[in-house]
Amino acid sequence: MKKLVYAIAFILLWNACKINSSDNKALPIFGNKEAVTKTVNGKQVTDTLYQTIPAFKFVNQYGDTITDKSLDGKIYVADFFFTTCPNICPVMHRNMLPVYNEFKSHADFRIISHTIDPKYDTVPVLKKYADKMGISGNTWWLLHGQKNDTYTIAKSYLVSLQEKNPQGQYVHDGYFILIDKQKRIRGTYQGTDAKEVEKMTTDIKTLMAEPDQKPTK
Amino acid sequence: MKIKLIGIICIVLIALVISCQSDEQVEFNRYFSAGSAVYQEHCQNCHGAKGEGLQGLIPSLTDSAYLKSNKYQLACFVKNGLKGQIKISGRQFEGEMPPNDLSPVEIAQVLTYVTNSFGNRSATITTELANADLAKCN
Ligand code: HEC
Repeated sequence: MKKLVYAIAFILLWNACKINSSDNKALPIFGNKEAVTKTVNGKQVTDTLYQTIPAFKFVNQYGDTITDKSLDGKIYVADFFFTTCPNICPVMHRNMLPVYNEFKSHADFRIISHTIDPKYDTVPVLKKYADKMGISGNTWWLLHGQKNDTYTIAKSYLVSLQEKNPQGQYVHDGYFILIDKQKRIRGTYQGTDAKEVEKMTTDIKTLMAEPDQKPTK
Repeated sequence: MKIKLIGIICIVLIALVISCQSDEQVEFNRYFSAGSAVYQEHCQNCHGAKGEGLQGLIPSLTDSAYLKSNKYQLACFVKNGLKGQIKISGRQFEGEMPPNDLSPVEIAQVLTYVTNSFGNRSATITTELANADLAKCN
């Protein structure tokens, strides 16, 4: 009996330590860096400027206009898909669902999925897809936009998209990109790999705990 | 003498039955394991590793009653694709499965795998059976 108590106490302590150690973990920052030297109060200060996601404008499945401003103060995950994609998209979104379910109650979290086939994936088509996926509310936006805009924004997420191949299929990366509240890239995950997506979920929690990612209220 | 003979005949008969069964079993195993590979390559992305489908977009492959009542159409579904309203496990679907460019052998293999996985059970769907069904696709 006494042994059992010791064992429980040990496990509790151990876990407490683990929680503490994950508290001060921070995710890396990806993308191009630039060192800028400014003069603040007469002193030379060097700052690192990280690559950020530039301004954009798209329309979501409800027909609402979504811009970079709509994601101010949000941590979000971006990916690229199209509703008739036969190969990797069903896998990506099967893996994204648990992420959606885990964080849908967080007001400062979003998922945005850009369609790369705007001709077929009109706003009503995206709405139908959302309904069939069982996603509602404003956590997960399916974004429609000019093809050029989508292909341009993909580059800032470090995702590569290509035009239709000879079989009439689009070729694209299945990456999930994690963006922080300062619009910097904090992680890229292979969306077709359930293990990597689980890691992303863990990373999102780590990110949410970083001091400058806390809810702003 | 007579008893010995009857005994030998019995043993031969039993041996025959066992070897027939295992022939069938061997054939089944061959179709099933090849079918598993075809499934992973051509079906799993959409229908899932456990045949679970994807929400309201892609139906599961766990509705044994549906599979049984459409037994003779399955080969055509796979070859030519499927679209329009269907009801699977009590849920309405209106999606589109693209045609799959598979040979009759591969179709027979993958259907043997599907109709014997995910809680389904049926006999081997041989290449002959698949070919007979394919001949009747509309
Ligand atoms: C691009 C995604 C996709 C792929 C790949 C795919 N299916 Fe389907 N499948 C669907 C959709 C969507 C439906 C429902 C069509 C409808 O609503 O009419 C369906 C329906 C079915 C059905 C009938 C309904 C049911 O759930 O029992 C069977 C059987 C089936 N698929 C088997 C297969 C097999 C075997 C393969 C691989 C050779 C395969 N599918 C590949 C998307 C796919």
